[in-house]
This record gives sequence, structure tokens and C-alpha cells, in this order.
Amino acid sequence: MGQSRGALSFVDVTKTYRPGDEHVRAVEHCSFDVPPGEIFMIAGPSGCGKTTLLNAVAGFQGIDAGTIRLDGQILCGPDRQALPGPDRVVVFQEGALFPWKTILENVAFGPIVQNRLSRRDALEKARALMADAGLGGHEHDYPATVSSGVQRRAEIVRALMNDPTVLLLDEPYRALDRITKSLMHESLLEIHARSGVTILFITHDLEEAVFLGHRVAVMTARPGRHKQTIVIDLPHPRDYSIVTTPRFRELLQEVSDAVREEAVRAFAQGDAEGGLAVVR
Amino acid sequence: MSDSLQIRLVGWRVRLPRPRIDRARRRALVSFALLLLIWELGSTSASWLGTPLPVLGRIPSPTAVGTVWLHLLGQADYWGSWYQSCLRVLLGFTAALLVGVPFGLWLATNRLAHGICFPVFEMLRPIPPLAWVPAAIIFWPTQELSIASVIFLGAFYTIVTNVLGGARAIDARLIQSAQSLGASRWTVFRRIVFPAVLPSIFVGMEVGIGITWEVVVAAEMISGGGSGGASGGLGFFIWNSYVGGSYPQIIVGMLSIGIAGYLSSSAIRWAAPRVMRWR
Repeated sequence: MGQSRGALSFVDVTKTYRPGDEHVRAVEHCSFDVPPGEIFMIAGPSGCGKTTLLNAVAGFQGIDAGTIRLDGQILCGPDRQALPGPDRVVVFQEGALFPWKTILENVAFGPIVQNRLSRRDALEKARALMADAGLGGHEHDYPATVSSGVQRRAEIVRALMNDPTVLLLDEPYRALDRITKSLMHESLLEIHARSGVTILFITHDLEEAVFLGHRVAVMTARPGRHKQTIVIDLPHPRDYSIVTTPRFRELLQEVSDAVREEAVRAFAQGDAEGGLAVVR
Repeated sequence: MSDSLQIRLVGWRVRLPRPRIDRARRRALVSFALLLLIWELGSTSASWLGTPLPVLGRIPSPTAVGTVWLHLLGQADYWGSWYQSCLRVLLGFTAALLVGVPFGLWLATNRLAHGICFPVFEMLRPIPPLAWVPAAIIFWPTQELSIASVIFLGAFYTIVTNVLGGARAIDARLIQSAQSLGASRWTVFRRIVFPAVLPSIFVGMEVGIGITWEVVVAAEMISGGGSGGASGGLGFFIWNSYVGGSYPQIIVGMLSIGIAGYLSSSAIRWAAPRVMRWR
């Protein structure tokens, strides 16, 4: 699509958490670039600071050192936390649709509260986007009454309503079964092909990483650093038949080896489980 | 079991429609009938047993209570007592709601306010509303205000505690999502925090209105319920019956309060799913 918005650059990003007297260095001197318009996957062992990076971009948390730039502009640094905003919308792992609003009202929420569109125009645009994403017919359902697949798609459409520069996805499909997940993947690729939005996608699922990503960045065990970025040179548009091709298997192997190496290190440090829920 | 009663007649069946009362209702009816039966037998034990049973033998029988009640239904004073107590409950409860919900939300969203107000709130909360009655009578210029203020306290603490709990349980991701979608602080408060706390508000209301009925009756008894007569409310009605030695009338007053309390919490339970359509 050649969209030139949404280039993210992380330079020397460092973040330490201080729960009580402990110091937990979640991320240290982490540097990498996210090219605009791509789906950029971040994988790594638990506790490697993936969500820390995403929260900093989203504006939910600050960083202690280094800088993050968005399209050349400084987004956050040690003395400057980004404010959350509709140019960098987050889609969470579990449903964060507002339970008291219908799917349509949820999707239309952004432009209405920003006063960017009138209520009528927002609802109209929401209907159109929902129809594109195959959500027609669910307009007046409440989130609790629809399947988790519909919820996930609705949440992504809700984010896209704001024409974001970057879409931040934090393991959005984690809780889905395999089949639903594969459908969500194809739907996301379709949405991406249409919108060309830059997507920063955190995942534990390496097959998901290789199937969706233009690139997969692997983080080291804690403190999280950028280990390597693997370019996924599979052709686009992709469909699920690609997962059986030798090239897909090769790339999956490469990503798995890199992540596994770090997971083993994390395990040796005793960081594998326990106490990491906060710092994931 | 089939869903209709079947009676075998010679060679063929007649299907009788099952009575349209569900199981829960049938059981409730049975329990009420049993209660009345035991009560009746107990309170008339002197005549059929020769000696009154302890406790039960001293209570007026359901038939005596029913007779008195039927008579009272035609009396303006009885309905006046209902009206007075309902009015007091409504006023005190509405005031508690109007003050308690914003106060609870304020404590939940403002760390400074929480730090300053919460300790005092927690210290005053265990004081039973009834312990406030003498002080309230001294503080307030009119009897009516004294009673209303005590009723207010009865519901206030419950509502605030529930709002606080509800606000604390809000999923942080809902707030972050809203911020991420460009919502201002006020929008987050109005469109996320408030609806998220609404279920807890309803729980607080349901519990609170029950407490309100407990309080109104006691407050009316202690304060003499204004100038007596119908303006005394149901609490004074009971006290007056006791003083006047009309024991069946005491029971009528008690049951009236039970009914009033049940009706008011039913109203809240009825309203809840209609206000919170998403649940």
C-alpha cells in the first residue's frame, strides 16, 4: 500500500519497575525500527518487556531512558510520557469492548468522543466499516452476547474508525481457539491490505508471528533487548495454505530457535514464571 | 415427569392442564401456608392443649391478626402511617443516593479526597444509625429532619461502600481503551466509570433500602414520630399499639413493614435490568 505514516523507532529504550524495594529492569537499551505500513511482530519469552514497549507507545506508561519516535517526531523520552491518543489505538488481549454499549456504539465511540464526526456520521461510518469486516447484523448486539471472534474483529474495527497511524495489538487472539484464530488472522491481513495501517503486534504464538508479520522482532530474556529482526519474505496476500510450504517452516524454525534460546536463558535465571505477571 | 397430569380412565386418558404456577412459587406458597398453620396452632395452644406453648402461645393468632388488619384497612390512620413512613424512607433514601453516589465516585477517582475523607468515613461507618437518634433530635430543628437525617445515614454508608468497591473493580483496560480512543477525563468518567459502577450502585440501593426500613421504624419509635397519630408512621403505629395493649395490631404493623420493605427492594430489582440493558 506504500503508506508512509507510522514509522516507529526505538532507540536505547530502558524501563525499570520498582515494586517495593525491588528493581526489575524490564527493558534495557532496546533499539529497533518499525517500517511504516508493515505488520511488525514482537516475540520473546515471558517477561521480556514486550508489553512495556507497547504501553510506552500507547502512552499508558513512561520510559526511564532512550527515545521512541513516531514518523520522526519524539513520542516519548525519559522526561516525556506520550499521552494516549487515537493515532495509536490499542487492542487488548481480552475483550475491552464497553459492555454497556452495542457493537455499533462501541465502534463509533472514538470519533464521537473526539468530536471529529457528528454522531450520525460516526454511526454511518461505523456501519460501513462493520459491513466490510463481515460484522453486518451485529450492530445492535451487546458485546456479551456475541462470540469472541466477533468481539475481536469489532475491537479492531473500533480502532480503525480513528484512522490511526499505528495499531497496537497486545496478543489480541490469545484466548481464541485455533480455527477462530486462523479466521481472525486472515481477516486482519485483509483489513491491513485495505487500510495499510502500521501494526505493532505482540504475540507468544510464533506461527501467528510468521503468518502475519512482514518482520518478526525477537526480544532477549529480561532485561529485554532487541535480539534480532527476522524478515518474513513470504508473498502477500497470504492465506492459510502457506503454513505448509517449506519456506514458512524454515522461517518458523528460525524464529522458534531464536525465541527458544532466550526462553532457556530466562528459565535458567528463574524468571520463567512467577512474579512476572506485572512486567510481561 | 410429563408436563401434564394424566389420569387413567378405562382404556383412555384425559389430559388435565397443569396449574400455571412454577415450582419456586409453589414452594413459597407451601412455606407461607406452613408458617400460618404452625402459628395458628401455636397461638391457640391454650384451647386445644390445655396449656399455652412457650412463646408461640403468647402471640396473637393469624385469624385475630387478620381480623384486626381487615378492620384497619378501612382506617385512614393506618394508611396515613404507611404514607408517612414511605415518605420518610423515600426522602432519606433519595438524599442518600444523590449524595452517596457522587461522593463515592469522588473518593474512588481522587486520591487526595480518598486520603482525607476515607479514614473519617470508616470511623463513622460502624456507628449504627440508631445511635445517632438522640444526637439527631438535638441537632435538627424539627423532628422530621431528625428522622430524615438518620434514615439518610442508614442508606448512605452502604451506597458509598458499594460505589467505592465497584469503582475499584473497574477493568483498567476499559479506561485505557477509552483514553486510547481519544476520550477526555470527563468522558472517561461519564461514559466508562459511571456505567461500570452502575451495577454496584444498584446492589447498594437494594441493600440500602432494606436498612432504611429498619431505621425508619426505630427512629419513629424513639422520637415518638412527630406529633403522634397518623403522622407517626408505621414505627409509631407499632409502639402505640404496644402502649395501648392491642397486640394483634403490633403484628399488623410488623407485617406491614415487611411488605413495604419487600415492595421497595422488588422495585429496585425490577428497575435494574431495565436501566442496565446490557446485562
